Amino acid sequence: MATQQSVVLPGKIDTKWRTTLLTIGRPIVILLAALIFFGLLLLLFGKDPLRAYSDIFRNTLGSRYGLSEVLVKMIPLLLCALAVLLPARVGLVNVGGEGQIYLGAWLATWGALSLGDLPRPLALTAVLVLGFIGGGLWAAIPAFLRAKGWLNEVISTLLLNYVAIQFINYFIYGSWRDPESANFPQSVEFADAYRLPQFGGTRVHLGLILGLVAVVLIFLVLRYTQWGYAMRAIGGNPEASLRHGFPITRYLILTMVIAGGLAGLAGVGEIMAIQGRLRPSFSPGYGYIGFLISWLAGHSPFQAVGMALLLAVIALGGDTLQITQNVPFSTVNILMALILFVVLGDFMRTKKA
Amino acid sequence: MIGFIIGVLTGAIGAGTSVLYAALGEVVSERAGVINLGVEGTMLIGASVGFATTYQTENVYLGLLAAMLAGGLFNLIFAYLVITRGANQLASGLMMGFLGIGLSALIGKPFVGQFIQGLPKWPVPVLADLPFLGRVLFRHDLLIYLVVPIAFLLAWLLTRTRWGLSIRTVGEDKTVAYAAGLQPTRLQYQAVFIGGLLAGLGGAHLSLAYTGVWAEQMTAGRGFIAVALVIFAAWSPVRAVWGALLFGGSLAFQLQLQARGAPISPFLLDMLPYLLTLGVLLALRKRPGYTMPAGLSTVFEGMRS
Repeated sequence: MATQQSVVLPGKIDTKWRTTLLTIGRPIVILLAALIFFGLLLLLFGKDPLRAYSDIFRNTLGSRYGLSEVLVKMIPLLLCALAVLLPARVGLVNVGGEGQIYLGAWLATWGALSLGDLPRPLALTAVLVLGFIGGGLWAAIPAFLRAKGWLNEVISTLLLNYVAIQFINYFIYGSWRDPESANFPQSVEFADAYRLPQFGGTRVHLGLILGLVAVVLIFLVLRYTQWGYAMRAIGGNPEASLRHGFPITRYLILTMVIAGGLAGLAGVGEIMAIQGRLRPSFSPGYGYIGFLISWLAGHSPFQAVGMALLLAVIALGGDTLQITQNVPFSTVNILMALILFVVLGDFMRTKKA
Repeated sequence: MIGFIIGVLTGAIGAGTSVLYAALGEVVSERAGVINLGVEGTMLIGASVGFATTYQTENVYLGLLAAMLAGGLFNLIFAYLVITRGANQLASGLMMGFLGIGLSALIGKPFVGQFIQGLPKWPVPVLADLPFLGRVLFRHDLLIYLVVPIAFLLAWLLTRTRWGLSIRTVGEDKTVAYAAGLQPTRLQYQAVFIGGLLAGLGGAHLSLAYTGVWAEQMTAGRGFIAVALVIFAAWSPVRAVWGALLFGGSLAFQLQLQARGAPISPFLLDMLPYLLTLGVLLALRKRPGYTMPAGLSTVFEGMRS
């Protein structure tokens, strides 16, 4: 490596350029590699990859409406990615975003159905706070079990997802069922006061602002506060931080509760802005896609925004493919997995001089 | 009442088998120090490929073979990622889950709503006519009869053979294994491949025997249950049999209650298998002889007993 170093010697600027190029170029190369793989696979199944991609582009980034729908899709994905990212910083693996979404939506629905007539600001605050609490409490269960050293959170968060889905179904098919919609099991429509505000005649809603604010807050807390310092320490070396006197248990539980709360907000956004009612399986795996995003972003809050945008395009692309190429919606899972494959395999490793 | 009990026990065996195959595969993989959370995906690959092959060839045994091979090959992608490239096992496993869901949906698309001549039941002569045991134990298909012997075979392989010792050594400490002249990479690849063969078979049991249809994401978390069962079984293939029966039993109990129109919400009953799995893991958390392969602790923190 000595010869290489001597070549780049005069160029502090040179290395800087290189890093900039790599930070911009790397994601593009990753995406291209995944797109080529996926294209070949589509070809293998007798589909037309070029048409598929141009259809996806036209329906997402290619029009004002498509672009707004990308942002709509991005909201739950970003919030769920943050719900993975934050615990990852203290060494916790939260695969329970899916369940936390549902429990957030559940508690918010309870609020909207039982609080009755409230002035709009109060109603909105109520559902957001309840959604946060719902998701947070659900996440507190695996966090508590893990903090006690009883049960690993990977297993418990995964299994609790399945419990959560049945749990809300119990209410949707039971006491919350709208008697007027006989064929569709769903709750009654929420009163207008509880509906999250939407912008510019699109479906983009308040959740986007909440998500972006959360990104900035998380960045600031991690970077500049005592909390962030403690979280980094716990994630890096739990034993040393225990000796240092950090209350690890409290940090683990609190982090998971906040994470679950963020996923819960994603649930509130989906039902209070998009659906307007509580419906069964309203989340097509946002929690799991959020997990992918957090890993793609290297658990960095700002990068998570970009990755959430990218995966929102792909997720929307799934709907397009379903219609134009006659493939199941889940096919896009392959593309998402391929992108993560390239990132996890570290094939684009930035070589250190 | 006796009908109910027979129904639950028979159902427990039928429903538990697919999970048991997957769990047995996961035991081998984890004994070699590799946690594969992608079992869910591997099972789906097995289920879809098995179904597609059976439909095309009208031969269910070819279907089983194809499912096994597909599962094994699918797991090699995972093996390459975590063993050769050194990627994070948990994230890679979930990535494989995604890949499996997507690929199996694509493979299975033409076969949704189709029917096949599934794996036939082979009543054991004489024994099948036994009053109670006959119905419960001796009127099943080939894969069900084979699964417990396979569990014992794996236990023997892992504890009594040189290969098993090598696998376990690698699972405890890769460096020590290497120093002892073993080839950790090759052994881990073998273990993950075997894990895939068995998980593929488990998936195939679901689509070719238990239900006889293909449906997207039909595993409904069974892959994750399998991972949980491995912990429950303390990495012993034979103990995994009891875990699978317990899971299958809770599923069958719930189905029997629903079939009899018990006044309990089906949604609450559907939670039962998952809650039971969690509950059992919690109840058994402080058991002596809780022998997690040491190599896993670097991946799986917080599992110390």
